[in-house]
Formats: sequence, structure tokens, C-alpha cells
Amino acid sequence: MSVDYRKITLNGLWHNNPALVQLLGLCPLLAVTSSVVNALGLGLASTLVLSSSNLTVSLFRRLVPETVRLPIFVMIIASFVTAIELLMQAFTYELYLILGIFIPLIVTNCVIMGRADAFAAKNPVSASVLDGLMMGVGFTSVLVVLGAIREVLGTGAIFSNMHLLFGENARDWMIVLAEHYEGFLFAILPPGAFVGLGLLIALKNIIDARAEAKRSIAPAPQSSGSKRVRVTG
Amino acid sequence: MALIRLSSPHVYKANSTANVMRLVLIATLPGILAMTFFFGWGTLIQIALACTLALAFEAAVLKLRKRPPGFFLSDGSALVTAILLAVAIPPFSAWWVTATGIFFAIVIAKHLYGGLGNNPFNPAMVAYALLLVSFPVEMTRWTSPMTQHGGGWEIAGFIDTLQVIFGSVDAGFYDSFTGATPLDVLKHRGGLTTEELWRQSDVLTNGVGAWYAVSAAWFMGGIFLLSRKIFTWHTPLSMLVALFLTASAFYGFDPDNYVNPVVHLSVGATMLGAFFIATDPVTSATSNKGKMVFGALLGVLIYVIRTWGNYPDAVAFAVLLMNLCAPFIDQYTQPRTYGHNRANRGMKGKNQ
Repeated sequence: MSVDYRKITLNGLWHNNPALVQLLGLCPLLAVTSSVVNALGLGLASTLVLSSSNLTVSLFRRLVPETVRLPIFVMIIASFVTAIELLMQAFTYELYLILGIFIPLIVTNCVIMGRADAFAAKNPVSASVLDGLMMGVGFTSVLVVLGAIREVLGTGAIFSNMHLLFGENARDWMIVLAEHYEGFLFAILPPGAFVGLGLLIALKNIIDARAEAKRSIAPAPQSSGSKRVRVTG
Repeated sequence: MALIRLSSPHVYKANSTANVMRLVLIATLPGILAMTFFFGWGTLIQIALACTLALAFEAAVLKLRKRPPGFFLSDGSALVTAILLAVAIPPFSAWWVTATGIFFAIVIAKHLYGGLGNNPFNPAMVAYALLLVSFPVEMTRWTSPMTQHGGGWEIAGFIDTLQVIFGSVDAGFYDSFTGATPLDVLKHRGGLTTEELWRQSDVLTNGVGAWYAVSAAWFMGGIFLLSRKIFTWHTPLSMLVALFLTASAFYGFDPDNYVNPVVHLSVGATMLGAFFIATDPVTSATSNKGKMVFGALLGVLIYVIRTWGNYPDAVAFAVLLMNLCAPFIDQYTQPRTYGHNRANRGMKGKNQ
């Protein structure tokens, strides 16, 4: 069975993006994207869990009985989440405190369970790891973009508190875009996340529609599949 | 409630959206005049600013959506939204508060949902709730009514008001021209009973009259619309009755801690809400029975959110919550159609 790595990459990053298309993992997506650093922190943690759980699930896919596969996947995911949680507690303690409950809640992130069951359990190791990684990167990038939008609109600055993730010399990465900004609380509060995500999804649909229109102008290859025939009255 | 029954033949004339909106605009005049009289030029400036911005945003979005701007701009719905938002926000709000509100009302709450007729939420109230949540300081800085400046006819001048809205003034200006509204005072009462509060607070002894007058003006506008059959009596009446009954029940039990029901009816945005916001044909329930349910639940919600919520007034939040319920109410209050024994209720085909 040949593996189409390019397709897996594009699927994870764009065509089947977990946040914009599958709309999975919305709970952390909406809850922690109030700033770039929170979004990036949770995104990286999710990506790590996603690729390592995909790796493990794929390794054991022939040993796991069909009937009890979900509990076993949950156990695998939970172990990785615990490891990540302990790592964050050790190295990025302040961020660990800020993200709080959302780190353990990575276990329940549907993206991870979904990829384990839908992809890793049926595909070879290399493809599964790549899938996990790309899904994770796709998820993280949406988190970061949403975080950036909300941080800029809400506080008038961007990249604040980056030292929580990158150490002391990242403390002055903050860029103030508007002095004397009054603050737009709506963007920081949960409704801002919903509106922001909605606009991002709309943007993706527009880009897809434009690309589709461009492609249909170019001579389309004749489809070889059978035509659908209307059989019911 | 047509008291005079006219016999046939009836002349029938279809009403256009533009005509309805024009009548609504006319009906807002008494309210606007009263607000200008008591709170100064701010209201008029906000209305001018809001209308200009609303037309500009509407035109821009219509162009983006490839709709004919002339046709939709002339129906006046953007103006009605703009005026309702402009009278709801404090008269001294900075221009960017109004601009943000109008942008959200027209672009997000109206056109992203498909334009006039497709918006599930009242655009002006979406914008108001957004502003209240986002800019709590600006949105709670209400102008003190002129009656409060003990005997004097003191109200901020036109130039000063322009300065407040478009420029900046020192904090002392706000101290002398803005203050708590009656609902603010009644909410943040400390340990005082309602009666003590009523005796001590300057806002309640002197200022509340202005609010009564403004409410009366909105009421007049509402009655005008009712007489022109722009909406039926069901929504406003059931809302006011529900608010009155709920308030009476609590006031009857414990007059020290709860507010007189008559005050509930005549301060804040009650009258504006009952006649101009709850009656929005797009976002409220459709059938007469549905309108009664809609109005009654709205009245109860206004009381609940006013009394136990975090913000002093509640009309915007209550209206938005009820907008959400309107389709559900519609489904269960369909009138009986001719040829059927019973009204069709709930999911399609259940009771046929």
C-alpha cells in the first residue's frame, strides 16, 4: 500500500483542517485563544500528543481487538497527556497555570481520538505520524491566528507574555500596535472567539471557492467515474 | 381591537417596507425630542453620526454582496437600526463607540446573516449588548438629566457636546454632566431599603422625572404606530403586563428590597423596548398567540435580568434571548388553518 505523503500533509494543513473543516476540538479552540502565547502553548501540546498517540496507536493497530479499541486508545492518549502535563509543569510552569484545566482536557479533544480511530488504526506508522503532525500543525496554526486576531483586537498589542513559552529573552517580543488603546473586551471574551472562528471559516471557504473557480476555467479533466442517475421519482 | 366594524367593500393597499420604516422613524420623533430636551444635544449628534455611518456601511456591504444599493438603502431599515442604537447608548459616548456599534449592527448582525428579513437577532440590540460588554466604562456614563441640576437649566452646550463625542475632555466634565441612572441607583443601593433610597438619592428625587417623561414620549410614539397598524397590540401589551405582574409579585412580598412595578414600567428602556424593539417583525414571533407568549416571556426576563443580573438595564439581553426563542415559539403557536379541526403544532405532521 503506497502512502501519499503530500495528500496527508495538505489534508492536515488545509483541506481537512481539524479546526476549520472538521470543527473538532472547539472547546480548547474557543477557550484558550485569547492570546498568541496561550494558543501556541496549547497547540504545541496538542500536536505532541497527537503525533505520539498516532505513532503508538499505529504500532499496536494489529494487536488491538476491534471491540475494545476505543478504551485502549483513550489509555494511550491519556498517558501522553499526563506526560505532557508533567513536562509543562516542569518547564513552563506559569503557562501551565494559565492553561489550567485545558491541558488535561487534551485527552477529550476529539481531534486526537478522531485521528487515532479514523487514520492511525488503519495506516502504517510513517503515514500516521505524519498525519498526526500535520493535523496538529493545522490545528495549532488556526489557534495561533485566532489568538493573534483576538489579542490585537482586544488589547491593541501582540506577542505579549511570550516569555512564558520561550524563556526570559522573549519578554520584550511584545509589539504594541496602538498606543492608548481602550481595549475591546468583546474580542477577549468567548463570543469574540466564536465570531473570529466564524470569520476564519468564511475566509477559508472564500479562498477555496476562488481556487475552484480558477480551476474550472482551465480545461477540466474528463471524469471517468459513472454518472449519477436519478432513479427515484 | 377594531372598535368600529366597517362593512365591505374594503380598499386594500399593500404596505411597503419603506412605508413601514418611514412611520417608525416618525414615531421615534417624540422620544428623540424628549431625550434632547432632558439630556442635551448628545442624542441628536449620536443620531446624525449613527445614521451617516449606517448608510455608509449598508451601502458598502450591499456593494460587496452585489445587491442594488439604491433599492435597499431607500427602505430605511438601516436608519431605524441606527436610531434605535443611537438612543440606546449614552448621549456622550465617544464616536468610536457608536462606530463600532453600527459596524456590528449593520455588517455582522444584519448582513452576515443575509440582510433584512433574515437576521435572527435584532441588529440594534446585538450592537448594544456588544458595546455594553466591551466598553463598560463608556456605556455606563449616562448624562444626568437637566432636572437634576437643581432648578438651573444646566445642560452641556452644543460645542461642548461635540468636543466630548469627537475629541476628548478632562475627567471633570464627566463628573459634572454625567451620573448614575435611576436603575443604577436602585441596583447599587448598599444596605438601604427602597424607601430610604428614594428619599436620599438625588437621582431618584429629582432626576427620575426626566426618565418618566422620556418613557411617556416613547409610549406616545408606540401608540401612534399601533394606531397605524404597524404592529398589533399583542407583544407590547403582554410584555408590559408580564413585567408589571412579576414586579408586583416581588414588590408585594418585600417592598423594602424590590422596586415598585410602576417604576419598572417607566424607567430605563422599558417603553422603547416594548414598542420599538420587541415588535420588530423579523426577529419576534409571528402569530398573535406567539406574540403574546414572546412578549410575556420578554417581560419576565427583563425583570429577572434587571433584578438579579450584573447590568442595570436588561432590555437588550432579554430581547436577544427571546429572539433566540422566537422560531420555537412560532412552531408551537401556529394558528388553526381553515379546513383543519386543530392547529398544527410542533413538528410537521404530528397533529394532522
